[in-house]
Amino acid sequence: MRKKNISLFLLSLPTAIWYLLFCYLPIFGIVLAFKRYRLIPGKSFVYSLFASEWVGFENFRFLFLNPQMGRIVRNTLSYNLIFLLLGTVVPIALAIVLSMLHSKKVQSIFQMSALLPHFLSWIVVSYFVFAFLSTERGIVNAFLLSVGLDPVNFYQQPGAWPVILIIVQLWKTAGYTMILYYSYLLSVDQELYDSAVVDGASLWQMIRYVILPLLGPMIIVLTLLNLGHILSTDFGLFYQVTRNSGSILATTETIDVFVYKALIDQSNFGYSAAASLIQNGIGAILLILANYGIKKIDPDRGIV
Amino acid sequence: MRIGKRANLILSAGMMLLSVIGMIPVFLVIMVSFSSEGSIARDGYRFLPAVFSTEAYRYLFENLGGILRSFGVTLFVTVTGSLLSLFLIATMGFAISRKEFKLGKIYAVLIILPMFFSGGLAASYAVNTQLLGLKNTIFALILPSACSSWYILIMRTYFRESIPEEVLEAAQIDGASFFAIFGRFVIPMSKPILVTIGLFEAFAYWNTWYDALLYIDSGHSSLYPLQYLLYIMQSKAEFASSSQNVTGVIEKIPTESFRMALVVLIIAPILVTYPFFHKFFVKGLTSGIGK
Repeated sequence: MRKKNISLFLLSLPTAIWYLLFCYLPIFGIVLAFKRYRLIPGKSFVYSLFASEWVGFENFRFLFLNPQMGRIVRNTLSYNLIFLLLGTVVPIALAIVLSMLHSKKVQSIFQMSALLPHFLSWIVVSYFVFAFLSTERGIVNAFLLSVGLDPVNFYQQPGAWPVILIIVQLWKTAGYTMILYYSYLLSVDQELYDSAVVDGASLWQMIRYVILPLLGPMIIVLTLLNLGHILSTDFGLFYQVTRNSGSILATTETIDVFVYKALIDQSNFGYSAAASLIQNGIGAILLILANYGIKKIDPDRGIV
Repeated sequence: MRIGKRANLILSAGMMLLSVIGMIPVFLVIMVSFSSEGSIARDGYRFLPAVFSTEAYRYLFENLGGILRSFGVTLFVTVTGSLLSLFLIATMGFAISRKEFKLGKIYAVLIILPMFFSGGLAASYAVNTQLLGLKNTIFALILPSACSSWYILIMRTYFRESIPEEVLEAAQIDGASFFAIFGRFVIPMSKPILVTIGLFEAFAYWNTWYDALLYIDSGHSSLYPLQYLLYIMQSKAEFASSSQNVTGVIEKIPTESFRMALVVLIIAPILVTYPFFHKFFVKGLTSGIGK
């Protein structure tokens, strides 16, 4: 028994070390948010971290004083709420329709097409988007011209991006989520459907009273996971797909873009870390509260 | 669930239409890569270019130097990275799937926590560059993304449900060490899930660009992965076109179709292998959900 435990410990040791180095050291690195950190020449990271000056909540104060911050937070929250809603409704609708089709071939073709974007990088996707939206060469502008409308300079046009980003995000991610729901639907005993049919349930009744309650636990889990990331966005979508265009930041800058720029463009570790801490902290608190609330209603639900 | 014949026909047609629409961007980029530079300059990007041309690909293969090196970087990162990931994920997944492992519960919590809470970019960046010295090394493209809590949990579920306790016990009675059991029984019995996760990781490593953006400086272009090369090309092209307006010089190289040809080259391995692996992905996702 002891020998077995030692073997298992050794077996899991490399991964444990990985977690220590790449997850837990950075978690302790949160103290950066309360410091005015810079690497002291010739000294190690740890020494510099201890030696750098404590500034209390100074970094946070600057965040709140930043005139762009309101806009950045609003962008982040609005996109995430829309993604949360559409990213649940659209995949479920697709999964239900897919499960009803008679032809296995059609099902398989649709799955294949829907999951493919998941495996393409944001860099590649940004080229796709550019092929559509480029001012001089884009397909969309060619179409606008052909029907006698003025071309639109999309990369300078903040108003267009909420719609563009929502479409791109759904195209890239809805397929993956759909397959999660779809395979969950398939794993359900077919008799459940048949007995509902025997009882004379209509299609809508089936969806309302059989399928949706069935998907309930999974909807809860995925929604909880998303709530934990309510202030986090996909950097690739908001930085890369927009080509980091300065004139559309009003509708495209999110907290992650800000965190990246504060760190890389300004080398301001404390500032960047403070923004991350707020982002992660609020997400974690929301997740815990929501999980607690759901457990109150139904002890079997929730994640942890 | 059954629907009528007519409803099935309409819905099937709708879903097929959606499948086609979803693939349009891929089709468009392929067509642009086969357009002549002249027809792009005249008509812009077209689904059916006025003049077909393989000029971009010819140029691509004549100037393979930098691309070939980046291809090497990407290939190395993809192979090494996904093997390392599999090792880290499978060993930990197995360890915490065993009820007798005393650290199992603590480990499980420590693995789940980072899914919801991280130190943030600045802290990771400081640790990776200033403590671990990963800046401008190939390890910066491999190590930070080598492990995934999500896949460890999928692995644990799989080991619990698919590997009967009796097999392990029988092997132990035979006196086999736990490492031998892991190598000789557990790994061969888990091939499907290992292949699935390995493929997911391989595709992810093939798409590496973010870690290069963070950790590889412009002075170390020999470490650029392909995707990052594409990223650099985009910003350079913008620079080139803006300076072009100033000087009025039009370069001879097929820039537009060339870039799209590189996009096609980068996604080609995914497009070609994906249909064969697609079933694995779906199965892998299914097995991970558990109930």
